[in-house]
Amino acid sequence: MTLRLKTVLTGTALAMSVLATSAMAQTELRMTWYNDGNEGEVMRGLLDGFEAANPDITVVLDIVPYAAILEGLPVQLAAGQGPDLARVTDLGGLNEYYLDLTPYVSNPDYWEANFGPFLEWLRPTGNDSAISGFMTQLTVTGPYVNRTLFEQAGVDMPGDGATWGDWAAAANEVAAALDIPIPMAWDRSGHRVAGPAISMGAMMFDADGNPALVDQGLMDMATMLYDWHQDGTMSTELWGSVSGSTYLGANEDFANAQVVMYMSGSWQIPQFASTIGDAFDWWAVPAPCGPVACTGMPGGAALVALAGTEHPEEVGMLMEYLASEESLAEFYGQTLFIPGHLGLAAGGVDFATDDPRARHALETFAGAVPGISPIAFDLQGYPNNRVMFNALISRLGEAIVGELTLEQAFERMTQDVEQQLAEQARDQ
Amino acid sequence: MVPVPIKGAGTNADPNRVGPMPDTDANASLSEKLTALLAVPVVLFFRLFEIPFRAVQRVGGIKAMPYVFLLPNLAFFGVFVVLPLFINFAFSLSGGTNIFLSDRVYTGTEQYEFLFDCANYLDPQTCREDRFWKAIFNTATFVFIQVTCLVILSLVTALILNRKIRARGFFRAVFFFPVLLSPVVVALIWKWILLRDGILNAFLVSIGLDRILFFVSPEWAMFWAIFVSIWSHMGFYMLILLAGLQAIPPDLYEAAEMDGTSPERVFWKITLPLLWPNMLVVVVLALIKGVQIFDEVFVLTGGGPGTATQFIVQYIYTTGFASRVQNFGLASAASVVLGVVLFALTVAQLAATRRKDDV
Repeated sequence: MTLRLKTVLTGTALAMSVLATSAMAQTELRMTWYNDGNEGEVMRGLLDGFEAANPDITVVLDIVPYAAILEGLPVQLAAGQGPDLARVTDLGGLNEYYLDLTPYVSNPDYWEANFGPFLEWLRPTGNDSAISGFMTQLTVTGPYVNRTLFEQAGVDMPGDGATWGDWAAAANEVAAALDIPIPMAWDRSGHRVAGPAISMGAMMFDADGNPALVDQGLMDMATMLYDWHQDGTMSTELWGSVSGSTYLGANEDFANAQVVMYMSGSWQIPQFASTIGDAFDWWAVPAPCGPVACTGMPGGAALVALAGTEHPEEVGMLMEYLASEESLAEFYGQTLFIPGHLGLAAGGVDFATDDPRARHALETFAGAVPGISPIAFDLQGYPNNRVMFNALISRLGEAIVGELTLEQAFERMTQDVEQQLAEQARDQ
Repeated sequence: MVPVPIKGAGTNADPNRVGPMPDTDANASLSEKLTALLAVPVVLFFRLFEIPFRAVQRVGGIKAMPYVFLLPNLAFFGVFVVLPLFINFAFSLSGGTNIFLSDRVYTGTEQYEFLFDCANYLDPQTCREDRFWKAIFNTATFVFIQVTCLVILSLVTALILNRKIRARGFFRAVFFFPVLLSPVVVALIWKWILLRDGILNAFLVSIGLDRILFFVSPEWAMFWAIFVSIWSHMGFYMLILLAGLQAIPPDLYEAAEMDGTSPERVFWKITLPLLWPNMLVVVVLALIKGVQIFDEVFVLTGGGPGTATQFIVQYIYTTGFASRVQNFGLASAASVVLGVVLFALTVAQLAATRRKDDV
């Protein structure tokens, strides 16, 4: 071998080892994310800031449809092929896969102080100290009305303390006066029904804390919804046109002024601010009342760290950066989400909107938080709440289209919950 | 192995050449040499295979060579079809929510017992797992109507397009075109047509009729599920029947014409009997495809209203993946039941093919 060849080979080997070392030093974190509005863009901006401060860490933001979070992510996690972080809404249902960040964050007390009540939603039963993530948004369910239609029809909007019956009557009056096709629409979601059902007296759990979906309160609310579909207050097109627990929203119909009153939640605010804007007065109103309460359901999405990560320290650094008051003030402000950070909730967030409708909606939903029933909080914190929500919506849907009587639907709801929990219990 | 000769390489005289000869021999020779030069790496690449294949042939003899060539495909088929079949069966004998078989609880035939726990099999409401039986009945209804209509319409279309009509090639392409589309695209297009504010309702309103909410009525939803399925698959079956029609010797028709046979008699006594082997294949293939229906109906109706268009594959998907408690055991048991039905249909297809070969 000539000297020149030896020199070339040695040089190449050195260059390759340097390249390999620098490639090894670069840590890549993957975050699975879904979007309701512009939060993906805002998150990307924050991640860019983090990457600039930590040039050896790259964060890939995988934006997926919401259905992939509900159906695909659990399978990925069970197979040990999940991302490092994910934005989830089944907060307690996935808690076995969460990473406890306590050893990786510098100030666990900050997390307890600012995210305490929500950390409990993420913790496995019996664990009262794990820190697994923070709420990217706190949500509250509640209705919106098209106030412009009320004004045009000359109908007064029911005031504080109005019941669901009062609102249904008023929405029907407006729809009849202006020939609006859908007086009232609800998201096809068990979570949406749960708040009003609790207002009607549903307890959701028995005295021992076991799930007990069907009781008089729930039957009263379900019967009311069933009757509204029969008398035309609600369109069967939304709840009756799909099967099982499939989610369907009426946000597009509401934005097209085809709906007088729409039961959904605070996460629609940024979307309505951009799609409706000032085309009409979309107005959030307090949760209507039942005989027991006037409550919506709390909820939201959390960004969680996942135990399958190979880089827990880097994940801890990233979570600490994202959960800082400064980052979250920017995030909530830009996305128009109700803060899931107690400090920011108390101090106020400077929301990036001049839209009075959006500001009013944010105030209405944030103002509803103190009035939320404790049962609603317990239900939200129950890891298997989606089993109950899915049984409720799928069987009620079958009753609405005439496949089951209401009595059969109630019986099947109870059986569905029992069967699914029994299947899950086989693992223990 | 003998390398494939490169056409035109190394020779100036191509006896198959059609059209004018090149201006000069020098030009032709240069371009052919260039082609041959470019082909060298390809030839060398394929010659590389000769070394291992010669070795294998030396060891196993010429008779082993077909199996050597089949091996990659067999391995692929084994890993992705046969192995999952056994894994699926093992899952159907287990319970719980764990995804790895080793972590799952053995339950014996419990999942099957749960599926078949019925007071009256003809009334899904009396069954413990009512949705499974509704899916079975829906699938049976769908398959019966869809396959009947599909075969008749494909036959009629093939008969028409086998005649010497104007723009025959264009119409053949038109009927075949939907086969090329993705089922999801087909379903989305039809969904937009059929929605409350879709094109069809706009048309109905424009001629003074009332809007129809197609996806709210169980009958309409099933009708459109069947219609869209026929629309998108008919071209494929039409093509098989068209090939069969063209294989019928024309002299039979000439003889019948000379005898003054009526067209109806020609159809029943010549066309249909000679087309029968193709018809059988079409029927069995359509049956298998019909039982497997999922994607396009899932996008079109979502299985609704209620469970009116929820078919067996959607039931399996929902039970295994879309529920909060992902019940892989029950979904696998339902898959095994579906597999048994498909196996029966496949046996029928094989029998039909054998009969065709015998004809």
